[in-house]
Amino acid sequence: MSGRSSAPPGPSSPGDAASTRQAQPDLANLSCPLPLTHAHQIMLGHGSGGRLTHDLVRHLFLSTFDNPALRQGDDAARLEIPSAGRLAVSTDSHIVSPLFFPGGDIGRLAVCGTVNDLAVMGAVPHWIAAGFILEEGLSLETLERVVASMGAAAAEAKVVIVAGDTKVAERGKADGIFIHTTGVGTIPPGRDVSGAGARPGDVILISGTLGDHGMAVLAARGGLAFAVDVESDVAPLNGLVEAMFAAGNGIHAMRDPTRGGLATTLNEIAGQSEVSIRLDEERLPVRPAVAAACEVLGFDPLYVANEGKLVAVVSPEAADGVLAAMRSHPLGREACRIGEVEAGAESRVHLRTRLGTRRVVDMLSGEMLPRIC
Amino acid sequence: MKFVDEYRRAKDVHALAAAVRRAVTRPWVIMEICGGQTHAIVRHGLDQLLPPQIELVHGPGCPVCVTPLELVDKALAIASRAEVIFASYGDMLRVPGSGRDLFSVRAAGGEVRVVYSPLDAVRLAQDNPDRQVVFFAIGFETTAPANAMSVWQAKRLGLRNFSLLVSHVRVPPAMHAILGAPENRVQGFLAAGHVCAVMGYHEYPPLTDRYHVPIVVTGFEPVDIMQGIYRAVVQLERGAAEAENAYGRAVTFEGNLPAQDLIHRTFEDCDRAWRGIGVIPQSGWRLRPGLAEFDAERRFDVESIQPAESPLCMAGKILQGLAKPNDCTAFATACTPEQPLGATMVSGEGACAAYYRYGRLPVRVPLSEGDIA
Amino acid sequence: MCLGVPGKIVEVHDANGLRMATADFGGARREVCLSYTPEAGVGSYVLVHVGFAISVISEDEARETQSLLEEIGALGEVSPR
Repeated sequence: MSGRSSAPPGPSSPGDAASTRQAQPDLANLSCPLPLTHAHQIMLGHGSGGRLTHDLVRHLFLSTFDNPALRQGDDAARLEIPSAGRLAVSTDSHIVSPLFFPGGDIGRLAVCGTVNDLAVMGAVPHWIAAGFILEEGLSLETLERVVASMGAAAAEAKVVIVAGDTKVAERGKADGIFIHTTGVGTIPPGRDVSGAGARPGDVILISGTLGDHGMAVLAARGGLAFAVDVESDVAPLNGLVEAMFAAGNGIHAMRDPTRGGLATTLNEIAGQSEVSIRLDEERLPVRPAVAAACEVLGFDPLYVANEGKLVAVVSPEAADGVLAAMRSHPLGREACRIGEVEAGAESRVHLRTRLGTRRVVDMLSGEMLPRIC
Repeated sequence: MKFVDEYRRAKDVHALAAAVRRAVTRPWVIMEICGGQTHAIVRHGLDQLLPPQIELVHGPGCPVCVTPLELVDKALAIASRAEVIFASYGDMLRVPGSGRDLFSVRAAGGEVRVVYSPLDAVRLAQDNPDRQVVFFAIGFETTAPANAMSVWQAKRLGLRNFSLLVSHVRVPPAMHAILGAPENRVQGFLAAGHVCAVMGYHEYPPLTDRYHVPIVVTGFEPVDIMQGIYRAVVQLERGAAEAENAYGRAVTFEGNLPAQDLIHRTFEDCDRAWRGIGVIPQSGWRLRPGLAEFDAERRFDVESIQPAESPLCMAGKILQGLAKPNDCTAFATACTPEQPLGATMVSGEGACAAYYRYGRLPVRVPLSEGDIA
Repeated sequence: MCLGVPGKIVEVHDANGLRMATADFGGARREVCLSYTPEAGVGSYVLVHVGFAISVISEDEARETQSLLEEIGALGEVSPR
């Protein structure tokens, strides 16, 4: 973080300005009476490409993300491709409210989301490009916190933020901050992981509990006025993925079940692979607090977003080894088997309930809203 | 969760299902009143555990489904007004009016807010004194005490910017209408447990006496529903027709007297149109004349739009137990949760939505007397 | 209709003239109005619908259901009530 704290605090609202003007001027200690609010807020000028932009970029983004590519200061980063294999590229926009929530923030979400999209393709993530759309009036302190969090997440994931862009939108047109990230990684030769890779007989593994992120963010948003003893699980999963590959071959498909939840993700895989998937309700790991919050609002944890979990479809021979590797990693301690790929090209996901009955698990349709019925 | 998990135990559900199988000697048609019960049956696959002689038909206990089209259109018109913040339970957002819904009103710039509780809508009015807050007060008797309290709270707080758009419906008149219809096939009822938590079940003996059908007050968890079915079957096999309580932990004969008191001080009986079914006399509640200042229909001059129902939609027949969702030609083709033609496809409790989400169950051919499976 | 969930009252207070409480549903907590269950207090389990307690859960009746289930499990049927 850059040293910005020396400017005297200016009035933060018109009311405050009025009370400042009414105070008796202290002529002995006169200092410039112009309020320095611009030092604490993003203004349109910060996005215009001139000195304000340069100052912001240098003092905040460059100093936090510091690396050789950024130090060049060019319009694009020139990078050595580290190893043989294929490139993987992924892109995402991040809009979240509130910006800070228990367990994370939009910055961490942006870095981890893109790292994870690469990791579940079997890629080793290397580089991230980040574009920011800042709302006029966004407090600089907020931006600093978000950027610091991105820097920390990048370091944790061992990726480098090599390119960036900043624009400023008028007040009211950007909900604080929107972040767009593009990530590039390389897939080592021999790895072929894809949503189309699931085969009958394959085992479905989940790396941990379902629904933590979605419920933590919903609670933090405040509109439904409930509290829940759970934090977002947002985390970079590339370390976990490497541990899984080290256990041997046999990983056919992987995905991180973000918006739409596990149900939507598995429906996607079932569709791409043209198989049916059976989940066992008994085995689905859900924290009691998440289960309780879902009951109260009428939600199903299968549809609630996760930001630090992955689902893997592995060959039956490899399942035990991969599961053991997951459990020995900090982000996979609660990993477990939750189902199987079945023969039959319906491309559907079924749930075997605790009662032994069956029902179809469809994709999430529309927005999940609390219900009274 | 206490008082929830204990009522989901597989061994108890199977023991009850076995008891039903042993008790039944001929076909019976049983209707579960409440959409929440329909949802539970389909979600847990409870009908897969029942012997084929038991046919469950789904009742009209889905307040979202039965809210008259004209009232939905009024809601849309009010929500579109610039000065209005329209507060609603989540269930109503996707219910189709004549051509659009609250979601599309929001997309067009109307301020539509989802609330979990009517008191949250009152808070909105306090926090936004320069806006008119209109709360969509739908529901059966279960929700009436909460909706009623919002009016008295607004009165106590002296709020001039709060009003209700009321569409309350009552269960006993609907049961009269179903039982009195010449084509009725229902031989026994599972009464709505949470309606009864408020109203008690003292309104049912006149129904059991007049129509000679057993009515069993039933809860919502798998054990509760199986128990309700078991008790209904035992009565049917015995030729009995009593009002019985299988949800004693939450329901008493008299019901919740303070809640009934406030309901009667807030609302008065009126005729109500049930979407898809028609007008059922004295089946609704409206605000008493003394509380007219809180009636949104009076406060806002909304011209009666000619409501236009889709000709393909057979929700009315489904709500009366005369047809199943997959009897409808539009089911899952022209009519899906994303593009619903009728309210039963939208509400989480609507039979069509339940069938769609959980797998389109094959139509059960009812056995005739003398068949033993 | 009627999503109703049992929660345990963990504290009670007054707000804007209404008797309110915090209900714990097993790790998720929400404010609920106790106006309709004046007999409920800290430690009571109440059935909550749209932020209102509409009924106090009777532990006696819950036990009754349990013994009914045991009867069914043991005898295969239950005596008429």
